[in-house]
Amino acid sequence: MELFLHQVLAGIATGGIYACMALAIVMIYQAIDHLNFAQGEMAMFSTFIAWQLIQWEVPYWAAFFITLAVSFAGGYLIERIIMKPIHNAPILSHVALFIALFAVINSLAGFIWEYQIKSFPSPFGTHSVLGEGLISAHDAGMTGVTVTLLVFLFLFFRYTRIGLAMRAAAANPESARLVGIRVEWMLALGWGMAASIGAVAGMLIAPVVFLEPNMMASILLYGFAGAVVGGLTSPGGAVIGGVLVGIIENLAGTFIPYVGSELKLSIALALIVFVLTVKPSGLFGRSVVHRV
Amino acid sequence: MAMKTRSAFTDLIAFFGALAVALAPYRRWLILGLVLLIVLPMPFVVKNFFVFQLTLAMVYAIAILGLNLLTGFNGQFSLGHSAFYAIGAYTAAILMDQYDVAYYWTLPIAGIICFVAGFLFGLPALRLEGIYLALATFALAVAMPQILKLSPFEHWTGGVQGIVILKPNAPFGLPLNPDQWLYYFTFAVMLALFLCAYNLVSSRTGRAIKAIRDNSIAAKAMGVNLSLYKSLTFGVSALYTGVAGALGGIVVQFVAPDSFTFALSVALFVGLVVGGVGSIAGALFGAWFVLFVPNIAEHISKGLAGAVYGIMLILLIYLMPSGLAGLVRLVVMRFARASR
Repeated sequence: MELFLHQVLAGIATGGIYACMALAIVMIYQAIDHLNFAQGEMAMFSTFIAWQLIQWEVPYWAAFFITLAVSFAGGYLIERIIMKPIHNAPILSHVALFIALFAVINSLAGFIWEYQIKSFPSPFGTHSVLGEGLISAHDAGMTGVTVTLLVFLFLFFRYTRIGLAMRAAAANPESARLVGIRVEWMLALGWGMAASIGAVAGMLIAPVVFLEPNMMASILLYGFAGAVVGGLTSPGGAVIGGVLVGIIENLAGTFIPYVGSELKLSIALALIVFVLTVKPSGLFGRSVVHRV
Repeated sequence: MAMKTRSAFTDLIAFFGALAVALAPYRRWLILGLVLLIVLPMPFVVKNFFVFQLTLAMVYAIAILGLNLLTGFNGQFSLGHSAFYAIGAYTAAILMDQYDVAYYWTLPIAGIICFVAGFLFGLPALRLEGIYLALATFALAVAMPQILKLSPFEHWTGGVQGIVILKPNAPFGLPLNPDQWLYYFTFAVMLALFLCAYNLVSSRTGRAIKAIRDNSIAAKAMGVNLSLYKSLTFGVSALYTGVAGALGGIVVQFVAPDSFTFALSVALFVGLVVGGVGSIAGALFGAWFVLFVPNIAEHISKGLAGAVYGIMLILLIYLMPSGLAGLVRLVVMRFARASR
């Protein structure tokens, strides 16, 4: 029982990372109506920018906010320069473009900052706050930031004019344009915000997994899984989904004998597929009704 | 002066347009003849390594065609085709390594096994659409290398080390080296599979498959059995990819879990988009792209190979948003209009 509890706590700690990423994924899904496969790489690149600023002896919080601003501009520019020309192309071309972006950003980061791993400072410290080395101050801080971000996003998308406009632009571009929303600006804004949230996720994750160009590969995977399990239309669901994935991963690794440690990723994913076949729109997602 | 060149140019377009219209009834045979003219002498002209690469490109083309049947013609999204490719490759390798089965018999067996696997995977996938289906198939792609590495199967799969197999020699004492023979063998298999695919999509079944893609509710109202056709398409698609995997295993002479990761699925997907979604011939171009462009990118810049590859991919999508097949269609339409 104690082992079980420990594993659940450890799962929550790693789940916090996934939740953070899942939130960024859901965010961009709400703003542009696509899953962005390059999201993890964008977050990684932002984190490298922050690392470079800290190396230049900029104080942590200053570096943090400069990175947010730079990421916002970066996301905005990617939408304007790269995504806009093929706005009317089939969706599969968009996905291929995300893959291309992935390759470009990954390769650029490796070229500029090289592939050896770097440590990244935590603003919260690394001492344990709960249990022996189970949940550290950083884990707790990360969860706190994720929840705060979640509340802000919820309020933003539900109660502000611009948040509603963004949702409208993503959900139904034609009708949104007819009621006077500048759809293109909303898309670009969505990309900018998603890049910033990704940057927050990257900077919070980097102290745990260390900084290198491929740091996001598995996290993006779990993040996707969390987002889909929770429901792509629900930011809160994404956070819960991310934490759930963390817990399942840890428990599967510990309690399923023989194959557990080797197949923990596969087991987590299999469970997700199972959840999806039972409830296709995710645990907290709205099911989309099509008009015939 | 400017007027004159312009009219000469339009004349030229009109001429080609008239030519295209006049030759339209024989188009298929002309294209086939042209392809044979290029393909058949190739192994005697270029180096052995290049022959090997061309063979591999044809293998990829079959796999991409398999993905295209599912995604392009049936509208089901898959990121899991590396798993079917792996099943095909391992079937061939295990049969040849453990049971001394001749290499040409491994292809139908791999095809049947993959068809069953694909059909079975297609059943739960019926409930999923779009991005959710992508995630489910993605899970399959991620799980497959890990399953192949599992210790209980090590006796057959060779674990992390994989299996080494021997290249078959040319039969009937033909004066060909193994690379050249495999080139022709693969070409024959590819031609047969492409013809089958062509006939499939233009048959009654094919129309049902495409109707599901275009409007599944209308298709259902017309009496198309959605579940049956969707899972059958999944099976056929897996069959193609599995045969490609078996061929790929034979051509490369080696199978190992880490050759069949998610990256392979991504490569197949990129090939699909670049070649043209819903186009049968486009698969070949897509295969060339995913096989040769990374090499070219590496040639241009070692450190920034990924970036060069990505930029080439971006430019290609700008130039032809619906793939090479879409571009060809557009050009043919322009010519036909000019000649009128």
